[in-house]
Amino acid sequence: MAFQNSIIWLYFSSPKNFYPLAGKLIPVFAVLAVVLTVIGLYIGFFVAPTDYQQGDSYRIIFIHVPAAWMSMFIYIVMAMYAFVGLVWNIKMSEMMASAMAPTGAMFAFIALWTGALWGKPTWGAYWVWDARLTSELILLFLYIGFMSLESAIDDPRRAARASALIAVVGVVNVPIIYFSVKWWNTLHQGASVSPTMAPKMAAAMLNSMMIMVFAFWMYSIAVVLMRARNIILEREKQTTWVQELVTNKK
Amino acid sequence: MKARHKRLVIIVAGLAVLGVALTLIFNAFNSNMVFFFSPSDVQAKQAPVDRTFRLGGLVEEGSLKREDDGLTVHFMVTDNANTIPVIYTGILPDLFREGQGVVAQGKLDAGGVFKASEVLAKHDETYMPPEVADALEKAKKQTSASISE
Repeated sequence: MAFQNSIIWLYFSSPKNFYPLAGKLIPVFAVLAVVLTVIGLYIGFFVAPTDYQQGDSYRIIFIHVPAAWMSMFIYIVMAMYAFVGLVWNIKMSEMMASAMAPTGAMFAFIALWTGALWGKPTWGAYWVWDARLTSELILLFLYIGFMSLESAIDDPRRAARASALIAVVGVVNVPIIYFSVKWWNTLHQGASVSPTMAPKMAAAMLNSMMIMVFAFWMYSIAVVLMRARNIILEREKQTTWVQELVTNKK
Repeated sequence: MKARHKRLVIIVAGLAVLGVALTLIFNAFNSNMVFFFSPSDVQAKQAPVDRTFRLGGLVEEGSLKREDDGLTVHFMVTDNANTIPVIYTGILPDLFREGQGVVAQGKLDAGGVFKASEVLAKHDETYMPPEVADALEKAKKQTSASISE
């Protein structure tokens, strides 16, 4: 069984076999993303109660927290792909890493942006240099650094190897973001939801937030697969299967 | 040793060295990573003197006083062990209220009064509907009343 599984993984580590699989999976994840977003936002705006302190302004949490979580999670997965590509020289792995970076960067940006819009009315400031906000900003810079280094080097294999180092080294920042509110005095409040404690939110609020997390997750998979397909076509354009695919489509 | 094993060893060793280096750096910087000092820190002279720093704690219940100009406010910041008087002129954030968390930036004057140039509200990680908050508040009062009886 384990042997068979490993054969399947090897099979899909070839761009030629991954391309059609990705094509089949994209619509599934895209539909799930739309449906979950609609449900999540409906509960968030119409079912979840107002907050006893913040009134309605807390509702940005339904975008802010899922986006922040995704920005960290995508970074870890991206670094894992980059690491596998670096050590075992698997091309598909490198392509997945570079396909994930823009989506991760977007979520990091959304987390910072919604955080600023939330911070002004509640804290009284768009931005403060506390450990949580600063480390999340560094995460955005890591994504941007990864993407710019990759596009600065013409040879795709060398580009992948150089940028993979940024991705792997930058992983240390993720636990720093996550635990910053515990380790240091920050203006940012602690975690409302954590693996070790009961959630400190009303049930409807929590439901909406978790549904939005899955919605963003599905969206990320769909978009990353789309981008991976484009990268495959770009990097494998000299192979016969890509040339056949392109000419047949005409 | 195959080339890919060599690569794996080099990368893992490199990451281990980097990890140790970062741990040491963060340990060294630990004191500078603090966003604010508590009233007890200030009392213990751990906060910088003659320099701007941030003071964090709770606004003491019943300590908020407004001057006639409507903008200048006096209040006490407490961490339930020590209190520091604060004076501030300007607009307060929406979540500023007595019993709530606050982070003020400013300097201590000679009389031990903290002159704030900026006041930020710190809220906690609990979110609940107002009715639940009211119910909790009532329950708390009842238990404290029954204890005092």
